[in-house]
Amino acid sequence: MSPEFPKKVRSDLNPSRVLTFRIDGRDVSARADESILIVARQNGIAIPTLCHLDGLSERGACRLCIVEIKGSARLQPACVTYPRQDMEVVTTSERVVAYRRKILELLFTERNHVCSVCVSNGHCELQDLAVELGVSHVRYPYLYPGYPVDASHERFCVDHNRCVLCLRCVRVCDEIEGAHTWDVMGRGITSQVIIDLNQPWGTSETCTSCGKCVQVCPTGALTEKGRSVAEISRRRRFLPYLQMMRERRDER
Amino acid sequence: MILHSEDLHRIARDEQDRRDGFRHQVHVCMAAGCLSCGSGEVKQALEAEVARRGLAGRCQVKGVGCLGLCAAGPLVAVDDGATRYQGVQAADAAAIVDALGGSPVERLRCSGDMAFFQRQTRIVTENCGRIDPERIEEYIAAAGYHGLHRALTGMSRQEVIDEVGHSGLRGRGGAGFPAGLKWTAVAKAGDSLKFVICNADEGDPGAFMDRSVLESDPHRVIEGMAIAGYAIGASQGFIYVRAEYPLAVKRVRHALAQAERLGLLGNGIFHTPFTFHIKVRLGAGAFVCGEETALIASIEGRMGRPRPRPPFPAEFGLWEHPTLINNVETFANVAPIIRNGAAWFSAIGTEKSRGTKVFALAGKVVNTGLIEVPMGTTLRDIVFEIGGGIPGGRRFKAVQTGGPSGGCIPSQFLDMPVDYESLAQVGSIMGSGGMIVIDDSACMVDVARFFMEFCMTESCGKCVPCRVGTRQIHDLLARITAGQATPADQATLEDLCDLVRHTSLCGLGQSSPNPVLTTLKYFRDEYHAHIHERRCLAGACSAAGEVV
Repeated sequence: MSPEFPKKVRSDLNPSRVLTFRIDGRDVSARADESILIVARQNGIAIPTLCHLDGLSERGACRLCIVEIKGSARLQPACVTYPRQDMEVVTTSERVVAYRRKILELLFTERNHVCSVCVSNGHCELQDLAVELGVSHVRYPYLYPGYPVDASHERFCVDHNRCVLCLRCVRVCDEIEGAHTWDVMGRGITSQVIIDLNQPWGTSETCTSCGKCVQVCPTGALTEKGRSVAEISRRRRFLPYLQMMRERRDER
Repeated sequence: MILHSEDLHRIARDEQDRRDGFRHQVHVCMAAGCLSCGSGEVKQALEAEVARRGLAGRCQVKGVGCLGLCAAGPLVAVDDGATRYQGVQAADAAAIVDALGGSPVERLRCSGDMAFFQRQTRIVTENCGRIDPERIEEYIAAAGYHGLHRALTGMSRQEVIDEVGHSGLRGRGGAGFPAGLKWTAVAKAGDSLKFVICNADEGDPGAFMDRSVLESDPHRVIEGMAIAGYAIGASQGFIYVRAEYPLAVKRVRHALAQAERLGLLGNGIFHTPFTFHIKVRLGAGAFVCGEETALIASIEGRMGRPRPRPPFPAEFGLWEHPTLINNVETFANVAPIIRNGAAWFSAIGTEKSRGTKVFALAGKVVNTGLIEVPMGTTLRDIVFEIGGGIPGGRRFKAVQTGGPSGGCIPSQFLDMPVDYESLAQVGSIMGSGGMIVIDDSACMVDVARFFMEFCMTESCGKCVPCRVGTRQIHDLLARITAGQATPADQATLEDLCDLVRHTSLCGLGQSSPNPVLTTLKYFRDEYHAHIHERRCLAGACSAAGEVV
């Protein structure tokens, strides 16, 4: 999959320009090519995210990072929205917090997220988000789809019942590893991540078994074999490092 | 071969002479609707009949584009609409030829002859049903490519943009963005490579305006695109048309080949430095590919999924170059504007919505078909005058505009003028021009469920609110129509509609709750009856009432 967001340098974002704006009433400074999300994190302001991961291209798809911008009726995802001089951003209004909680509840109804029997229990971003946003119950009916588990790879396992379709695996495989083994098929509620041309992982000829997809998965969808409930741990520090090395090579 | 203006006039004159040589003209509709009920055989029978009587030199039998009254096909028009016949079969050929020059065949005459044809104002469809869409000469004889000639040889790029801007033309794809403003933005973008895209990925259920225009008058769209290319500084255009329209694709390709042969597309058009090429790209049947960023991704060979805007295609479009995307009908308006001037165009319609709009009139209405009316025509005129009212003695209940992104407008708004602002005010949208009339036999909750099912299956699945939200809304509506819902479900329904509307990524998701919101607003009693009394007021949901 080619990048979802244009890779060419955006002409509307001048990296040599700096500006100041406000997030939750605090004055902050930013470079014009830094997203609201990046600037917020630099200043210790937490905005929940799920599809975003440092080092990968942005999708703007999970909608958890939506923020309010004064003077605009439309909510904007912080990961792909760029500041303007004197812009006023509100990240924690009652309205956006309520929306975030509902979006997260929708995600919980979509597949079968049963924490008590999940390898990611205690190390799961979806679970963390639920705690952070105070999701104590889900107000929408669960859909209970029956998805298969593919354990045909020698070291890894994919359980589609836990997938939130953040497509981090697809992006890391394409953008960092360069194998493009993962992709997504179908559309709407029937979308599913697939290996190559929708075949068992173990039969893939493009997969390098690097395991990057497993490391970036936010939930228990991609796991290493041989781990039991709550035993998984993710090592993600390689990502910004690889990204930095790649940017340096581009500069040279 | 590259044309001069004299060549253009010569082709037009020759064509006119050819036509004047015939005493009678018999036009047979060869658009998809009539073809599917046998107009091809009718044309053959008419030709055979004319040949048998030795009238070939005096009577011309010609295949033309859409005659409009699709419900009554196959349609035949004699002597440029002096008489129109409906439901013609091959066996009727002799009778029609007999009647030439005399009194018409009464049993075949169009009942809707008067209001349906007389009340329309035709700009986009002026050639539909008049010219043979497969012959460029006929289009040229109907003042075709004169607008392009005028723009290239007599106007600067800025003058072309100003003309379109002053005309007040707004995008006919649905949102109604001012065309002049969009053209200016792309013209100003600083890039040596720019593109023009014609969005012909018409996907709304019940809408067939773009298909009919492409089938009936493809050169009009090509000319509009070439003028746009000149104005914004692009030399490459794409027509993105869905593969479900094989006849439109065939005619567009045929038209492109003809235009290239005459040098109306290609290098140095009309001996000016302007170069313009157009390629056809086929969509593979995803509704979301009508969204501009998804459409661009699809042309690039990537998955047809929308991306967040900004950056907008005007700056960051096809292969990351500035791109002008307009709908078929928007481009079809361009050549007449250049030919007749902005003042002529802006005199038609209302103050904020200039010109005309083509509607595909469908559903429970007598005269189903393609119509074009000035902006500001009332719904009552469209449904009861032009449309001929509701068949079978039923009562009018609502009209659904704008497809799955639009809303249901109840009878109290029948006297509302149809323009962008008025429709938005009552919670619907203009959309691309689909207009589905609903009578009192339909359950509005079920109508809402139908459209939500469409949005659910056509959601691309990228953003969470649209992917999961449309499914949850659909399930709730299905529960209501089945008589199994509780009052709490209705609150959840409204809550979810609000969520999907405000947090979805693209227009598909943001507007998908509109059919539900408008039916909740105007037909709340129907929801109430399903939920509290377990019955369907229209008697359409059979399950309701049984499950108590």
